[in-house]
Amino acid sequence: MPTLEMILNGKEVSVEVEPGDLLAHVLREKLGLIGTKISCGEGECGSCTVLVDGFTVTSCIYPAMKAHGREVTTIEGLAKGSQLHPIQQAFVDVTAPQCGYCIPGMVMSAKALLDENPHPTQEEIRMGISGNICRCTGYYQIVEAIELAAQRMAEEGGAP
Amino acid sequence: MWDDYLFPHSVKEALDMLEARGADVRIIAGGTDLALQRQGGRNPATVMVDITRISGLERIEERDGYIHVGARVTHAQVAASPLIRSRAGVLAEACGSVGGPQIRNVGTLVGNVVNALPAADGAIGLTALDAQAEVAERTGRRWTPISDLYAGVGRCTVDSCQAMITQLRFKALGDGEGDAFERLAKRKALILPILNAAVVVGVDGGAVKSARIAIGPVATKPFVATDAAEWLIGQAPDAAAAANAAKLAAQTAEPRYSLLRGSAEYRKSMVEVLVRRALTRALALASGEGGGHADS
Ligand code: FES
Ligand code: FES
Repeated sequence: MPTLEMILNGKEVSVEVEPGDLLAHVLREKLGLIGTKISCGEGECGSCTVLVDGFTVTSCIYPAMKAHGREVTTIEGLAKGSQLHPIQQAFVDVTAPQCGYCIPGMVMSAKALLDENPHPTQEEIRMGISGNICRCTGYYQIVEAIELAAQRMAEEGGAP
Repeated sequence: MWDDYLFPHSVKEALDMLEARGADVRIIAGGTDLALQRQGGRNPATVMVDITRISGLERIEERDGYIHVGARVTHAQVAASPLIRSRAGVLAEACGSVGGPQIRNVGTLVGNVVNALPAADGAIGLTALDAQAEVAERTGRRWTPISDLYAGVGRCTVDSCQAMITQLRFKALGDGEGDAFERLAKRKALILPILNAAVVVGVDGGAVKSARIAIGPVATKPFVATDAAEWLIGQAPDAAAAANAAKLAAQTAEPRYSLLRGSAEYRKSMVEVLVRRALTRALALASGEGGGHADS
């Protein structure tokens, strides 16, 4: 079995994987990081979104070996101890989640968006989460949460 | 399931791996389609040769009047490239409409061609640009028009078990040229197109000098509307010319009934609409209206 070495949420991790393992499976089943959700399992819905070197990928179709030597960030990597990341806090504050299943992926897409574009327009936010499907909400509160997070992060003087 | 996952460091090493490991081995780039094909039992290969760490294949650059796009370049990189946005905007537009952001971050433009689907947005843009692909085989490398890469729906003449495409090239657009991409789909992201169309035109001295119109998915490969393009030559670059050429394009295109995409009649009518819109935009750009092709 090959060894997958990566920086996962800031820490070096080394894990034995099957050559055909997909990243979502490794994260959830081998590393216990079940914050990454699998819904469609076909790269269509975005609920399994994680960051690889800062870029969003759908981890349910992403061969785990591709992450070898890369930096991977999952939803578990955002909070600092018990303090939620401003994006997470904003999702809570505007009650963006309903069932919540799409939310980790939404938050990761929002993170990638705000890292690159700290002051997005509503349209840019919609484009930023256009690869994430939510079957509960009408997206309004999700967009609102991302706007609020952007505003708070700007006030705090930069993204953590 | 896969038995092995390899990272060659050069094209030669990749080809050697293909040769050494026999029939079960194949090239993988982004893998966004391959992972699905595997899940669906539609791809029997068990050894993956991942080319995304071969240096040199990540480049987008202009050389000898051609824009070159390496095999590692993703749709997101094409869509964001200042060079492609300004000199081949049709391709940036096309690549920006593939899948969603996550798929565009991983899936490559070359992969979009190798998968050989007639609906592939990137391939439609490339077809309008009359692009060529560099094929690397053990016997050497050669350039081939991308229209020659199609052996049928989903079948590329370059067999990923024996060879690979290393890069694409197409002429950078200059003054007096214009381009545009149009797409019809049920939503704006994460969905295959009902139809798409890409056009590249050249205008000189108040008349159309060159035109290329690509449409998908209306045939087993990206369809080139040659009759419409030929008719356009010599016409004044105006709305009436765009409308008539679009009508001709719709007459020759043969979209089929599709449960997902709608009836043949509807799609044929919409071919005309999309081609008209694309031509109108491209002709205006080529004629110097709307700030030149840089903003297309
Ligand atoms: S679970 Fe990965 S995209 Fe839907
Ligand atoms: S909150 Fe249920 S799917 Fe988005």
